[in-house]
Amino acid sequence: MSQWTAFFNILAKDVHAYYLKPPNISWGLLFPLAWTGMFFIKSGQGLEDVLGLLPGVVALSILFGTTSMLAVTVTFEKKNRSFERLLLSPISLELLMLAKTGGAIIFGLANAFVPVIMASFLTDLSSIAWGSFFMAVLLIAIASAFLGLFIAVAVSEVFEAQTFSNFFRFPMVFLCGLFFPIAKLPVFLRPLSYALPLTYGVDVLHGSVQSTNIMPMYLDLVVLAGFCILLFAGSLHNIKRKWIM
Amino acid sequence: MNAVEVRNLSKSFEDVKAVDKISFVVKKGEMFGFLGPNGAGKTTTINMLTGLARPDQGSIRVHGKDYLKNLKTIKQSIGVVPDESNLYPELSGLENLCFCAALYGMKKAERTAKAWELLEQFGLKEAAFRKFGAYSKGMKRKLTIAAGIIHDPEILFLDEPTTGIDVASARQIRMLIARLHETGKTVFLTTHYIEEAERLCERIAFIVSGRIVRIDTMENLLQPMQEEHLAEIICTRGEKQAVDLLGKEFKDLVFNNTGRNAGRSFSRDKEAGEEHVRVKSGEPIPVGRLVRFLEENGIQVIEARLLRSSLEDVFVRITGIEAKELLKVTETKRHGKKKKAGGGT
Ligand SMILES: Nc1ncnc2c1ncn2[C@@H]1O[C@H](COP(=O)(O)OP(=O)(O)O)[C@@H](O)[C@H]1O
Ligand SMILES: [Mg+2]
Repeated sequence: MSQWTAFFNILAKDVHAYYLKPPNISWGLLFPLAWTGMFFIKSGQGLEDVLGLLPGVVALSILFGTTSMLAVTVTFEKKNRSFERLLLSPISLELLMLAKTGGAIIFGLANAFVPVIMASFLTDLSSIAWGSFFMAVLLIAIASAFLGLFIAVAVSEVFEAQTFSNFFRFPMVFLCGLFFPIAKLPVFLRPLSYALPLTYGVDVLHGSVQSTNIMPMYLDLVVLAGFCILLFAGSLHNIKRKWIM
Repeated sequence: MNAVEVRNLSKSFEDVKAVDKISFVVKKGEMFGFLGPNGAGKTTTINMLTGLARPDQGSIRVHGKDYLKNLKTIKQSIGVVPDESNLYPELSGLENLCFCAALYGMKKAERTAKAWELLEQFGLKEAAFRKFGAYSKGMKRKLTIAAGIIHDPEILFLDEPTTGIDVASARQIRMLIARLHETGKTVFLTTHYIEEAERLCERIAFIVSGRIVRIDTMENLLQPMQEEHLAEIICTRGEKQAVDLLGKEFKDLVFNNTGRNAGRSFSRDKEAGEEHVRVKSGEPIPVGRLVRFLEENGIQVIEARLLRSSLEDVFVRITGIEAKELLKVTETKRHGKKKKAGGGT
């Protein structure tokens, strides 16, 4: 199908033009490295707690690696009008937006494995259930990319997209059980935690690493997938409403 | 079969009626011009015809097929060159073309071959590996046209293809467009340059404030002007007005003072101490005799020439908009826009 030629070329162009640029690569590597180093050292609990911190650091790396990229691949391209060319081409909007988010998802996956590789030098990772771990990483990457897309489509300036994504990202670090269990949060904040997709992804990561999940993992994955579908559908709806005037 | 059929198409933005119930057809293989001042609704029309804007009402058929129901097939068969380049500044010219070809499902070998062919044809071969962002305005426009035709569309939409670029590039682009048309492509062209429409188009729609005020073939538009002969004389201002002297002597001709340079050269504005006389007649005008008569009466003639009736006269007569105004409005508007954008380029 000719649409797939378009799909792969849009994806390849973004990877080539944005993701493989030196600032992005170094950011993609340095950021998870810095977080990992900071948490592993500061925890003061010695190296045995590496496994306790790993899920949080992995989730953080994905979240920060993916969301901000859509500000460039979508908001910036909309602003300089090159996005128009994509809208003019004979490719369905669904496939087009999957191509535009595909790069961010791959970038998020790559970011996720920086802390994993670091941790492998510090401790024994053989007890991790890799199947569910990878499922969680993939779905967190997709959900974060789609969250980024949702924000990127809702605004018209690149800086707005970045401001907005921080508005979502920083609360998520504290509310989604990355480093402190949700049970320790004030009662009134807990409903908020369950309204955020990352909570469910992190729960699966905790379950895969140390079996400390608070919900059944399959349920987590289903809810997370539901978030992905909602965010994607919402973004498409906004594009149709706002950009094809 | 008609390439494009538009019926009662309308589009408003908040309180602005950008396009107001327009209807027209573009015949297959025709070069059709949409001529009108800035803000007339030309771009809005193109956007609706190419799927970038949703009409409030009206119908569009392309090659006889309903537009909205066959959007994907139709998108494959049309090419669009927007009023501002929308290629990727960080990619090279060659990469941009190959990318655009891929959007239409062309295979790799085919993409590269076609891209080189177009770079050659558009005189951009040397710039193939240079970043698009570093191109001059004229080069950018040429590459944008190449990108619009790389998938060999049957209908090409060109939105003000020569606006805002240097004269030499504009000429080249007009030649390229004419050549494309010769190969059998249907071309829909918008412009606010009367001369450009006159030189390129076979049929023209005059659009003003979202409405088509006249639509006809170039031949029919110019027909009523064929019987009219025009001349212009520029002379020094003497004690007596040249226009009065001439009027008394040559009773079968009509003389008028013009406030501006008549004709289509906007190069020269009226200077102090000059008088511009426009001569009209149903018969060929004896310019030599008029000049001699003036000089015998002590009035020095600076310039005298025959004018060809042009589309400009038709346009002015029908729309009441002077060509000079058309250009002026446009230039100031463009400046305003640029300032607002903070001089991004
Ligand atoms: N996105 C928009 N929002 C609001 N008004 C618009 C928009 N696009 C065009 N217009 C208005 O519609 C009218 C027609 O604009 P346009 O089609 O761009 O004219 P042209 O291309 O002939 O210069 C103008 O008055 C313009 O201000
Ligand atoms: Mg326009």
